[in-house]
Amino acid sequence: MAQIFPKNANTLPVLSLAGVLFGGVLVVGLVWYYFSPEFVDVGYAPEQPVEYSHRFHVSELGLDCRYCHSYVEVSPHANIPATETCMNCHSQIQTESLKLLPVRESWATGNSIEWVKVNFLPDYVQFNHSAHVNNGVGCETCHGRIDQMEVVYQEEPLSMGWCLECHRQPELYLRPNSEVTTMGYVHPTDFVEQNVERIAQDGIVPPTNCSACHY
Amino acid sequence: MSTTATTDINHPDGDGSHGEPPLITGNLSFHEITDLVSTHTEKKTPPLWYVAFGLATSITGLLFLMIAYLFWNGTGVWGLNNPVGWGWAIVNFVFWVGIGHAGTLISAILFLFRQKWRTSINRAAEAMTLFAVMCALVFPTIHVGRVWAVYWMLPIPNQMEMWPQFKSPLLWDVFAVSSYFLVSLVFWYVGLVPDLATLRDRTKKIWRQRVLGFLSLGWTGANRHWRNYEKCYLLLAALATPLVLSVHSVVSFDFAVSIIPGWHTTIFPPYFVAGAIFSGFAMVQTLMIIARKVYNLENIITISHIERMNIVIVLTGSMVGFAYITEFFIAWYSGVQYEQYAFLNRMFGPYAWAYWTMMFCNLFFPQFFWSKKLRTNIGFTFFASIIVNIGMWFERFVITVTSLHRDYLPSSWDYYTPTIVDILTFVGTFGLFFTLFLLFLRWVPMVAIAEVKGVMPKADPHYYEDHEGDGMAGDHIPHVKPAS
Repeated sequence: MAQIFPKNANTLPVLSLAGVLFGGVLVVGLVWYYFSPEFVDVGYAPEQPVEYSHRFHVSELGLDCRYCHSYVEVSPHANIPATETCMNCHSQIQTESLKLLPVRESWATGNSIEWVKVNFLPDYVQFNHSAHVNNGVGCETCHGRIDQMEVVYQEEPLSMGWCLECHRQPELYLRPNSEVTTMGYVHPTDFVEQNVERIAQDGIVPPTNCSACHY
Repeated sequence: MSTTATTDINHPDGDGSHGEPPLITGNLSFHEITDLVSTHTEKKTPPLWYVAFGLATSITGLLFLMIAYLFWNGTGVWGLNNPVGWGWAIVNFVFWVGIGHAGTLISAILFLFRQKWRTSINRAAEAMTLFAVMCALVFPTIHVGRVWAVYWMLPIPNQMEMWPQFKSPLLWDVFAVSSYFLVSLVFWYVGLVPDLATLRDRTKKIWRQRVLGFLSLGWTGANRHWRNYEKCYLLLAALATPLVLSVHSVVSFDFAVSIIPGWHTTIFPPYFVAGAIFSGFAMVQTLMIIARKVYNLENIITISHIERMNIVIVLTGSMVGFAYITEFFIAWYSGVQYEQYAFLNRMFGPYAWAYWTMMFCNLFFPQFFWSKKLRTNIGFTFFASIIVNIGMWFERFVITVTSLHRDYLPSSWDYYTPTIVDILTFVGTFGLFFTLFLLFLRWVPMVAIAEVKGVMPKADPHYYEDHEGDGMAGDHIPHVKPAS
């Protein structure tokens, strides 16, 4: 009987095995990298209705985060400032600026400026700003160096695993409450010990159960 | 030559007579056995097969239609309500997983116990196992509501840094059933290798040769191949044996680990396993009674095989019935009023019709098989196998629904009725099952050719010494007589 397979078919098992192994690793790697919120979400920088520069207002003028996001310490939501907040200053300065035209329009008509939300969480996740800000989680920790952003973009993946990294080991991330809004904060060398002490003292127990955030 | 022949301790003379009727009737030669089985994968597809296949695939189409409708709309299209959060999906899952168990029992446990009669039915029964487990797996997959998150059932590292709940029997189920499927598949495939090689050597078509050659892994029938094969098969049988018991035990934990009256009992694992084997053998009967007729295998799957399976059915059926009565007794004996209520409610509550259907089909009806006349009657066996499967489906329905519909809170009591989507999805899984089974019948040798040969009298090396010139096939083939 003639041979069914040509001689080079002997390489087929080795090749297919190697292919499956290599392909499997490749697929896992590709999914790992390209399907992650780190790849998909980080860097999201939507166009805003007003060309507002966080860099200029924070870095050069020295505005505190809480000047505009005024409820962050008392509310679950860090509010988007009302048009009136802008007009506190801009009724006096840069009153003719073309860039500020939508702000003045909003002020005149009473219609809100439709800012585009950058840092999204899904609807089934509850995040409370005040609980974090009052316990030493810096703005910068989640939002990045806002003081260097001309246009605000998403800095961190905001994935569940990313949240849990801090909830499981808060001592690696917390800072004194007085430094919460500081940008470019540098931890002192013994900050972990300080934090461990503070966590014990203040009874900070970041929950890691499902219903902490999903309720 | 297969293990059953080389390690035969029951019949050292290999004659297989001992007053027992031969397992394979018709005085067939080895070649005739090969022909009888192989020809169905080689001949032109019969028109009747196309008719059956067309019907089965259309019903499978219905299944996919129902699944699509479910995914689009959510589990609200099912009949689930507030106290009855587990409905037909779990009932059907347990039903199908249970059916699979007979295949593994036949292929693994009966192998270890040297039950030679298994060789005629083990291939088809194992195929049935695989297809039943596939049908079973449909239900846990589609019942999760958010089907795109179904991979959460598996411990895959993910961006949520979240793991499944290892304390939950539902997760044990995922492992139990998936390892069951994998082991069954490997076991089935290993057993197929010599037969695939037989088919390969019979065909003249180059592509058929290549595909079969690829699948038969270079099998030549050399002594060394057989030796490795026998070892491997034995090890796999040993590996599959605990699974027969463990898989349905774990399935029963889904119920038994909870604190619902009627579920929270320690008798569940053994009683589920017995029920699984009971329903599985009934399904093997349903399938093989038709297959042996349609494919002219009456000499290989004889009336004696059917009778033996009926004995297993009456045995396991009585075990299941005994468990029903034990449960009832223990409910009374425990003195727990909730438990007592649950069982009285089963018997006389709104689902009494389902309970008595179950009792009739599972406990009462198989008792007919005490009569030799009935258990060797093919028509009656076929009818009984259907009755048993109906009964076993109702058993799961009774367990799942009657315990749930009367909650601890009387205000939430309700009556559960399936919707048309529930019903058609279940019907659809039969389509899937028969589609796969028909493909199996068409493309795979449905009887383990090599193993059957091993249990025939002719497998004995001394056979021809006593049977010179009896006009059998192979009689004219010269053979070497050992020096006397």
